[in-house]
Amino acid sequence: MIRRREPKRSAPAPGGDALELRRRFVTPEGVDLQLQVGAYVERLLALLIDLAIIAGCLIGLTLLALAAAMAAKEKSLLNAVAVIWLLGSFLLRLGYFVGFELSGAGATPGKRAMKLRVISRDGRRLTADAVFARNAMRELEVFLPGSFLLAGGEGVDAALILLGAIWTGVFILFPLFNRDRLRLGDLAAGAMVVKAPKLKLLKDIAGDAPSPVGGLSFTEAQLDAYGIKELQVLEDVLRGNDRRTLAAVAAQIRTKIGWEGPTDVADRSFLSAYYAALRGRLETGLLFGRRRADKHDASAQADRVQANT
Amino acid sequence: MAELQLKSQRFRDEREEDWRRLERLLERARGGGLKKLKPGELLELPILYRQALSSLSVARAISLDRRLVEYLESLCARAYFFVYGARANPWTRVADFFRHDWPAAVRGVWRETLVAALLMAAGAIVAFALVMREPGWFYAFVDPGLAQGREPGASREALMATLHGPPERHSGLEVLASFLFTHNSQVAVFAFAFGFAFCVLTAGLLVANGLTLGAFLALFAQHDLSFPATGWLLIHGVTELFAVTLAGAAGLSIGWAVTFPGARRRIDAAMHAGRRGAVVMAGVVIMLFFAALLEGFGRQLIQPDLARYAIALATAVLWGGYFYLPRAERGA
Repeated sequence: MIRRREPKRSAPAPGGDALELRRRFVTPEGVDLQLQVGAYVERLLALLIDLAIIAGCLIGLTLLALAAAMAAKEKSLLNAVAVIWLLGSFLLRLGYFVGFELSGAGATPGKRAMKLRVISRDGRRLTADAVFARNAMRELEVFLPGSFLLAGGEGVDAALILLGAIWTGVFILFPLFNRDRLRLGDLAAGAMVVKAPKLKLLKDIAGDAPSPVGGLSFTEAQLDAYGIKELQVLEDVLRGNDRRTLAAVAAQIRTKIGWEGPTDVADRSFLSAYYAALRGRLETGLLFGRRRADKHDASAQADRVQANT
Repeated sequence: MAELQLKSQRFRDEREEDWRRLERLLERARGGGLKKLKPGELLELPILYRQALSSLSVARAISLDRRLVEYLESLCARAYFFVYGARANPWTRVADFFRHDWPAAVRGVWRETLVAALLMAAGAIVAFALVMREPGWFYAFVDPGLAQGREPGASREALMATLHGPPERHSGLEVLASFLFTHNSQVAVFAFAFGFAFCVLTAGLLVANGLTLGAFLALFAQHDLSFPATGWLLIHGVTELFAVTLAGAAGLSIGWAVTFPGARRRIDAAMHAGRRGAVVMAGVVIMLFFAALLEGFGRQLIQPDLARYAIALATAVLWGGYFYLPRAERGA
């Protein structure tokens, strides 16, 4: 339910992570979670980790079977090795992915390591058939060319190898050509892979402002110099707490707003005070329906001028 | 601590405790699932989840503390995954699959099943007629690797021998069975997944399968071996051909949904058909497992033609009854 087509991306964040893909995702309660689509490289890494684990299991089983064959001096147990690789690899592959993705974590160990998880695109519960569909499709996308080569046996010709490589290449690159990084299996299953990072709640730096604001007060005009984008850059600067950056930014802001107050205030205290005051002003604006995106956004002042006339 | 000057600070101060509590509950539940939570906490979790969601909405509207909004987004997403995550006892899920989901999905694609069966039959009839008239056609339909000496030039005795193989070669049957299973599953997965290409490739695959089948039957019919050959084929063929037909039907249903999505968006139609097809396919893999057992073991160990026919008939009745007999709907 509840999905709109329009691409909805958050305003490019100042932290340099403007490349991240955000996606509108509305819960049944009607709140848009703005989930972050799992990055292509992370998903590839997750797949490689999973395949390594599966290969490890198969090799372990093979060694076990060989050891048993040695111990029992029974030749027929060697057949077990063939069965392990023919049947075991197929069943293990499917069982591993389906089992883990159906579990509460919604992710295989590889995905969990990459902080990814599988969700249903329609915002509802991820169902077993969806999980099965997306993993059955992987057989076709990734493993099929491999089995071509195996089935071909000794007489594998170059054309077949080339065909297999093109085939896998097309499907492996497929996610790059759509906004949600869906591979064919996700498309068939109505699923998608998203980032599920665990963030810590950081201290609100507006509370850092010296109180009372060290006699620092700003005029409306001084606070109108900047918008939300600059506020958030300032937030990053304050959280970064690098002395030289603080000094540079403080100097720039003092010039920009034509600061005439006390000059003996420490850069950090000045910036904290300005941050708190600016945020207060912008948030008050929000309450009145004025969202001033950045310093070039004139709508807020325009409102004020109109109000005054 | 400085007194809270901003509305957004007071907002955060009032709710922070609840967020942290939700975070702790999620952390505990993550390790061992629901069992780690007390009944009271279990009831509390969805409430805290909704509170967090409403906090997120409000924070987006009134707070410019970017870290706060990001934190709430990640918290809400984690809680959402937990509250709405896939969760069911694996055993009830498996039981549900066999009792209800699988037969229902198979019945859901009955039209496509008919089409798939007709396509395969058409292929078989065409190939049969062509090879009967001109044996040279045989090579057009059958991969020489697959034929293993079953060729137009072969004598009646040689063909007979392929049907009733010498019983002493039974040592590697488990390898043969698992090879057949893997091979056939992959063919079925092909037929399913090719459905995405607007049915064309799936239909082609089904016809091709029928052609091979028809060519083989014609070859044996020329030597008056139709009866034993059909038994040899059907002992596992009923299960296997049924499975391949269903796989093709699942593929066709996806292709049809993609080509003619009707009132839905194309991607939604594909998703709907894909999920139902996936259930069918999960069952198809199981059917192919049985088929491989019958082909790998049954066909080599059971030599009398009539016994083979009996097994073929039994599997036909079993699968048909299981899928298509009317049954009670799943309880409300």
